[in-house]
Amino acid sequence: MPTLVPSAPRASEHLNIVIVGHVDHGKSTLLGRLYADTGSLPEGKLDKVRDICRRQGKEFEYAFLFDAFLEEQEQGITIDTARTFFTWEGRHYIIIDAPGHKEFLKNMVSGAARAEAALLVIDAHEGVREQSKKHGYLLSLLGIRQVAVIVNKMDLVGYRQDVFDAIEKEYRAFLAQLKVTPERFVPVSAKLGDNIAKPSAQISWYSGPTVLETLGLFRKETARERQTLRFPVQDVYKFDARRIITGRLAAGRIKVGDRLIFSPSNKTATVKTIEAFNVEPVPTEATAGQSTGITLDEQIFIQRGEIASHEDSVPLVSTTFRSNLFWMGHRPLEAGKKYVLRLATREVECEIVALHRIIDTTNLAAREVKTSVGRNEVAELTIRAKAPITFDLYSDFAVTGRFVLVDQYDVSGGGIITEAVKDEQTVLREEARRRDIAWVKGDVGAEDRARHFGHRAALVLITGARHAGKSMLARRLEVQLVADGRHTYLLDAANLRRGLDADLSEEDTGEIVRRFGEVARLLMDTGLIVVSTTNALGGADHQAIRTLVHPTPVITVHMSKGEEAPPPDTDLAFAGPKDFEAIADQVMEELKRRGVLAQAIGAKPQFHYSI
Amino acid sequence: MDSHLRQLEDQSVYILREAYKHFDHLAMLWSMGKDSTALLWLTRKAFFGHVPFPLVHIDTSYKIPAMIEYRDRIAREWRLNLVIGQNKEALANGMNHTLGRVECCTALKTNGLKNLIAEKGYTGIILGVRADEEGTRAKERYFSPRDKHGDWDFREQPPELWDQFKTTFPEGTHIRIHPLLDWTEINIWEYIRAENIPIIDLYFDKGDGTRYRSLGCAPCTFPIKSTAKTVDAILEELRSTTVAERSGRAQDEGRGMELLRKDGYM
Ligand SMILES: Nc1nc2c(ncn2[C@@H]2O[C@H](COP(=O)(O)OP(=O)(O)O)[C@@H](O)[C@H]2O)c(=O)[nH]1
Ligand SMILES: [Mg+2]
Repeated sequence: MPTLVPSAPRASEHLNIVIVGHVDHGKSTLLGRLYADTGSLPEGKLDKVRDICRRQGKEFEYAFLFDAFLEEQEQGITIDTARTFFTWEGRHYIIIDAPGHKEFLKNMVSGAARAEAALLVIDAHEGVREQSKKHGYLLSLLGIRQVAVIVNKMDLVGYRQDVFDAIEKEYRAFLAQLKVTPERFVPVSAKLGDNIAKPSAQISWYSGPTVLETLGLFRKETARERQTLRFPVQDVYKFDARRIITGRLAAGRIKVGDRLIFSPSNKTATVKTIEAFNVEPVPTEATAGQSTGITLDEQIFIQRGEIASHEDSVPLVSTTFRSNLFWMGHRPLEAGKKYVLRLATREVECEIVALHRIIDTTNLAAREVKTSVGRNEVAELTIRAKAPITFDLYSDFAVTGRFVLVDQYDVSGGGIITEAVKDEQTVLREEARRRDIAWVKGDVGAEDRARHFGHRAALVLITGARHAGKSMLARRLEVQLVADGRHTYLLDAANLRRGLDADLSEEDTGEIVRRFGEVARLLMDTGLIVVSTTNALGGADHQAIRTLVHPTPVITVHMSKGEEAPPPDTDLAFAGPKDFEAIADQVMEELKRRGVLAQAIGAKPQFHYSI
Repeated sequence: MDSHLRQLEDQSVYILREAYKHFDHLAMLWSMGKDSTALLWLTRKAFFGHVPFPLVHIDTSYKIPAMIEYRDRIAREWRLNLVIGQNKEALANGMNHTLGRVECCTALKTNGLKNLIAEKGYTGIILGVRADEEGTRAKERYFSPRDKHGDWDFREQPPELWDQFKTTFPEGTHIRIHPLLDWTEINIWEYIRAENIPIIDLYFDKGDGTRYRSLGCAPCTFPIKSTAKTVDAILEELRSTTVAERSGRAQDEGRGMELLRKDGYM
């Protein structure tokens, strides 16, 4: 969790506050009263509400000021969050009124996810209820550490201190389990205006701040700027001569001249300029929270979803992590099903590989194990992405330590990462990362070679059983690519065995694969298209090779005699009798589609991604 | 620029870039008013001086003439791809505000927009609505889905957390994108001043002691009494007023706006 450091409010400072708590405990009334008692309502607004209440035969309801929908007013509940604007003593607040009804928990989360501090309302008469606890839990999951508890409807309990004290004791104990220490407890009557904007004569035993003063005591979080850099790439623009990499800094700062490493591709480059429109003088740095754009000293190919950092503090890279997740989907979350994971700007398919337990937010110690997570439930689970992703632990970096899951069209769950889990590729991935960071580059970059050759580097892996025609295809493909003017080399894994691998025995498969991967990587660094049959290697080895040559594209072509199912991640599969020339043509088409080959030789390469 | 405006700008720019990344058929509504013009300026910020999608003006034919002149001048100077939509059928049938304000807005604006969306196949529409304008807008999402009929189901709004927006949707539906939700009327004017954005002069008093605070169609938008001739004067006036911004907009009376917006009004 980013630490909170008190700071003197700057004149233009603004703060996002959310009001949460069980339904009917008085959240909307509190908000309405706050506006009314500080003279913050537009002219005629109170009269309008008075009118509505009279027509509905109701007593005056402050809640109607922001429960704007007819349905909300008729039912007397808040359905969706309202953003309201409030200025006091030079500080600007966006106050978000969240619904307390269980059915609208997703709306409460949407509102609270934007907040920097929260007012949690508890009805003195009803005491701590189910949603009081659930909201408290969700605030901690959402990373909101500044919480003030407002004990409302004190008028209904005769303003008794013992009632207030008992609620404070009970709720403090609950929050302590979440490691949340509330800022304070404030006894109020929202309806009658006690301790909202001015101290209450009725509650003489309380001398602490009113709700209005409580807002003023919340601090602005500024710690993110002082963390080390995390810059998720949002997009790459080439509207004019500049190739601008854009994104919003999740943490730290970026300066002209900084050497950056992009993860998970491990590409490195130096910041040449910070770009901005209509900013004088031209900026030379950007800090956490800013949407910015940079250019690099070198044309490297990077994509949305990568995270740039400095070399001395790199984020984690893995396919697998453990997390706490809140589910809001209409359908339950199920282990084994596929979802789309979104983390900062990265988007990748994923699967729940283990569901450890459902967390009962009213009894945190309970351990309930199920195979699915229902709507509005919180669970501890392990997620595995289809490809390696870059992230941090939530406790270290908020923005790059949290994610959402998309089920079909809808964002349906939100989670925080509690632990990175090692997968089979972790060791090789770390080796590749150390290698790439330390790599000494010449003055000719991959993009220069691509422009010169008319194609990018790639690895074509041909898989399949014996006698399925792999090597026939590999030879044919090499001939055809070279005839087409492409720089191509056939690398048979068996060729390494007598030379480079002469010191290894048959059993050293791990090392054989590693050396093959490194040789392929080296050849591709020269800009070649490497075609390879991998008789000597098994399916698991292909993953290792992918890890070592990452992020160079790997195209797998599977050959079979019968109708057997190709291994996962196969790009093209061919069964039965073969016309090798036609297959080679199809592989070349696939290379074009993937942006490896320019569409026509001699033409300036038109890669489908920009360079 | 002060840090508050800076934060608002950063968030709006982030939203605009997300919209551009995720929507192939994207357009922005531009009414030539201060909000959508500030939004247009933010677009130039987001894309480093470029405006990489069309700007749509739904022309009701009842706009104040000065607005059309301003529109064409800015479009030329900023090299905008301007797309003009008009519900010609309704106009041919004589639609005007005397037949009912809500009816007129629905026919000429809401349906004018819906027709254009259908014709052009837009799947993302960027609009400059702000949460502080009126109650139903306060409850909007940054990325707000509209169904096949363009209607808004406010009961079933998608969750929106950690700047992960709704960018996938079934065929035939579209998404309204609202980068200005967190801005107040005062913020917009502060930003116009800080960035020196060329705003239409109907907002300023030109000597007769009146000016427009909010711009719409001539028959339904009324100037307010004010002698503010500069952005500074407008800001000063706004800081001391308690009159709602849209009090000069007739369609906001009663439940007009809730009904209009459920139906797909901006
Ligand atoms: N007696 C009393 N009633 C209150 C108080 N605050 C709110 N209420 C009433 O409690 C009901 C629920 O309030 P509302 O603000 O809608 O609750 P919410 O669901 O938390 O937003 C309304 O009828 C309010 O008038 C209070 O301080 N005292
Ligand atoms: Mg409420």
